[in-house]
This record gives sequence, structure tokens and C-alpha cells, in this order.
Amino acid sequence: MKSNSMVHSKKTVTAITYIALILGSVVMIFPFVWMILTSSKTISESMQIPPSIFPAQLMLDNFVEAVKSLPFMNLYINTALMILFRVLCAVAFSSMAGYAFAKLKFKGKNLLFTIVLVQMMLPSQIFIIPQYQMVAKLSAADTVFALVFPGLVSAFGTFFLRQAYMGIPNEIGEAAYLDGCNQWQVFTKVMFPLTSSSVAALCVFTAVFAYGDLMWPLVVNSDLKMMTLSSGLATLRGQFSTNFPVLMAGSLLAMLPMVVLYMFFQRQFIEGVAMTGGK
Amino acid sequence: MNSKAIRLKLSPAEKREQNWGWFMVAPTIIGLIILNMWPFIQTLYASFCEHLGFGHYKFIGVENYVNMFQNADFWKATWNTIYFCILTVPVGIFLSLLVAILLNAKIKGKGFFRSVFFLPMICAPAAVTLVWRWIFNSEYGILNQLLGTSINWITDSKVVMITCAIVAIWSAIGYDAVLLLSGLQNISKSYYEAAELDGAGKVTQFFHITLPMVSPTLFVVLIMRLMASLKVYDLIYMMVEDTNPALTSVQSLMYLFYRESFVAGNRGYGSAIVIWTVLLIGIVTLVQFIGQKKWVNYEV
Repeated sequence: MKSNSMVHSKKTVTAITYIALILGSVVMIFPFVWMILTSSKTISESMQIPPSIFPAQLMLDNFVEAVKSLPFMNLYINTALMILFRVLCAVAFSSMAGYAFAKLKFKGKNLLFTIVLVQMMLPSQIFIIPQYQMVAKLSAADTVFALVFPGLVSAFGTFFLRQAYMGIPNEIGEAAYLDGCNQWQVFTKVMFPLTSSSVAALCVFTAVFAYGDLMWPLVVNSDLKMMTLSSGLATLRGQFSTNFPVLMAGSLLAMLPMVVLYMFFQRQFIEGVAMTGGK
Repeated sequence: MNSKAIRLKLSPAEKREQNWGWFMVAPTIIGLIILNMWPFIQTLYASFCEHLGFGHYKFIGVENYVNMFQNADFWKATWNTIYFCILTVPVGIFLSLLVAILLNAKIKGKGFFRSVFFLPMICAPAAVTLVWRWIFNSEYGILNQLLGTSINWITDSKVVMITCAIVAIWSAIGYDAVLLLSGLQNISKSYYEAAELDGAGKVTQFFHITLPMVSPTLFVVLIMRLMASLKVYDLIYMMVEDTNPALTSVQSLMYLFYRESFVAGNRGYGSAIVIWTVLLIGIVTLVQFIGQKKWVNYEV
């Protein structure tokens, strides 16, 4: 039997929880709302004191201005291709290697896996100068290939998918093997489909990381037409250092595709990141 | 004896398995050697060289390191990086844990709140930093207007790091909270039921059940957050351009590395900075792994 005061205090705790979460959410959302509101203001409106909260009109002039100064179509395509190829490479190569490291016996396995582990621990910046020099030597600067380059293979993906394959009982593969599948068929037809949730997590992780990455695209592609959304925004910042309505319109354009994807696949995004982070 | 004989001479099936193994790891291993291992060696070597331009280097011994350790900007950048960690990591993890605990309560709309807190994670740092620059703008920014202050959030050398720290915490809170939430959800309800029967209050329950049980996750989050914060670059780069008078008060090691290597073209010196940063990350991580024995509770 619960006393009256206990029920009462429980209600208070729930109320405080809601209030705290709502306040927190306001802090989290406010910058995005402010971005949207500002993107529709004229520059003089944005500088009013006291500030005007809502724009006087709904206008697209700032978006037009942003698109005029930055080739957004190219940025979208470059970013999409970079993400696509990085995700494909990470999934294909890491699945193969992850499977082999988890399930197959071969000479040198431990040594080779040590290579994977060591690369995983090192921060990517330590590779950047030589990687840039390689791209320059291949005369591949200002190409989509250059954007993809450091993501052609993934030490983290290999480690992560190895874990996934370790979690699958050996018997499943052995049964398929005895049924006449060769190693490649066991891998592609039986084992790979069983790792789908881990593969999805790796896709999300790779995509979000590639999308947000700033230093590599800045270093390797200086032609405006070959930039990514992130590095393009860095350029826009220099051009319109005080014209915030245009900057907000540009940021909004850069964020839009990922936010739309996120709205549809929230659970996959969050679980994907939780899985890859909690390794 | 028997097993040794097998190891020396593989059966055809084992041989096939070995070939498949090599074939399947080949793309990754070759890629890692070309893209990471060789570059790592090159960076290490370049840190003892002067860059003559166009990727040509001349060996100069420890000169880069000597110059680096005598350079005030370098020490300032090292301190800035550490200061950034001090400002962001404890507060950030505390707030993340708080959010995770709130999200773990029996409430409606849990999924909605979780998605909201997570939102900054999927937005490019370049994009969100621009709106924060606007919010923090000293003349027309909404924050100064609301507070009725005229703080130079981005150009005052004493304030700018705090500004960056606020944005960093805001950006990472949802990510860390999601990780901690999955740690909290793994705690069996039976512990709390038993504690309740013993008459333990909520606060006692938190310190004697929740905190010890979530400590392994907390440790993972701490390590990840520390590693990421020691490498901080994009947020500060977007917030503070190199013409900003407050640059030296906020420039992190990776920002300095970027400017030295790719703006000034001192790739040898830049390599020395990045090697130093890796050492720093290594030391900090090692200290954490030693320190964890004191507070991280692994179930037996």
C-alpha cells in the first residue's frame, strides 16, 4: 500500500522530469529555429534592436543569394558521392575482412589484425599530410576520388564487423559449408545477411562522419565546385562574414538532406551510433 | 605431435580456407598499409625534416621539436587544448548523464526527446557553428540582447574558449546521453526493487546502484570524449577565423597543425605538432586506463 505522500512525491518527480526535458529540448532546438527565422529576414531586419523574432515576410532572397555564391548543386552531388563511395567501400571491404578475421584460419592472422587495431587507435590527422601528398602526386586533387580517398578502407569498420561475426555461432557457417557452399558463398549468402543491423550501424557512422568532416575536404579540394557541404560553408563564412541571413540560409541548405534522412530513420541513426560508440 | 603435423601440412580444405582468408583481408590490409601505415611512418620522418616544397624534405634532426618547445604559440595551443577538455568533458558528461537519467524515467514521448537531444550529432559542425556565431554575435546576437549584456563572446580572448565549450557541450550531449542511456537500460530492475525493500532512498540508490553499474559505460564515454576533445578542430575553426584577434587564446593543437601544415606550408613542423598531439592523447588515455581501477566497477 502506497501512502498518499509517496504518490504525491512521485507525481512531483515526474513533473520535474518533464519540465527539465522540455527546457533541455528548447535549448537544443532553439538554434535551429533561430536559423530558420533568420534565413527569411533582410539584413537590416536581422540587425534590429530590440531584435525582431519573426521575419516580416517569408522570402527566399537569402537562399538565392547563397546558391549564387556557392554551387550548392555541386556540393550536394560531391557530398552524396563521397558518402556513397565511402559507405560502399567500408561495408564491402570491412565485411570481407571482418568475416575472415572472425571465422577463418590463416597464417599471419594475429599480426594482420594488430595492424588493424593500431590504425584504429591513431587519430586520422596523423595521416593527413602524406595522404594529401599522395593525392597531389596522383594529380587527383579537386576530384571526388580525393574526397573518398582516406575512406577507401576502414580499420574501425573491420574491427566493428569482426565483433558482429564473432557473435554468430560457427555451426551456422559450418552447416552451409557441409551443404556444399564454398567459403565465398558461406560469407555472402549465409553470414553477411546475418550482420545487417551492424552493417546498418556502420553505414550511419560512416555517413555522419564523412558528412561532418571538415579538415580533409578543405585540404584536398580547393576548387569551389569540388567542395563538400561542410567545406563549402567554411568558404561562405569568409564571403558573408556579417550577412547572417545568407549564412543561415546556406547552413540550412547544407543541413537539410541529413535532417530529412534523420526524420525518416531516427531509430536507425540513434541505434547505429549507440552501437558503434558502445563498442 | 599430431597437431604440429597438421600445422605443418594443411589439408586441401584448410589450404583453401587459408587462401580465402588472405584474399578477404587483402583489400583492407593493403589499403591500411598504403593509406595509414606508410603515411604514419612518413609523418614521423617528416617531423625530423624541413619541408622544401612540393613534397620534398630535408633531414634536420630534432630542430622542429626544439623550435616547437621554444614556441609560445605552441605551448598556448597545448594549454588551450587541455583547457578545452577541462571546460567541456566534466560538464558535458555530467549533463549527458542527467539527460540519460531523465530519459530513462517512465515518461511519455521518450523517443521524441531522445531524437531532439541527438539532433546536433547529425548536423555538420560547420553548419551548427555558423548559427552559434550568430547567436553569440556581440552587437546583434540574440544572446546579448536577451541577457542585456554586451559581451564579446567571439572576440574577447578571455571569453572565447567558454563560448566554444558551450557549443561543444551542446553538440555532444545527445550522443553521450544515448550511450549512457543504453548503459542505464542494462541495469536490472531487481536491484532497485531490492533496495526499495531495504528502504533505501532515491539518492542512496543512485550512488550505490546506478553510478557503479553505469560506470563501465561512463568510462567508455569519458575516453571517447577526451580523445575527441584533444583533437578538436572544426568547431574552433568555424567559430574563430584566423583574422580574429582572440585566435591565439582559443587555437587548439589541431588548428595550429592545420595552419602550419596547409596555410604556412611548414609540413615538417606541422608533423611534429601532430606527433606531439598523438603522444598527448596516448598519455591521457593511459592515465585514464590506470585511473579507472579506482572507480569503474566491472561485474564479476
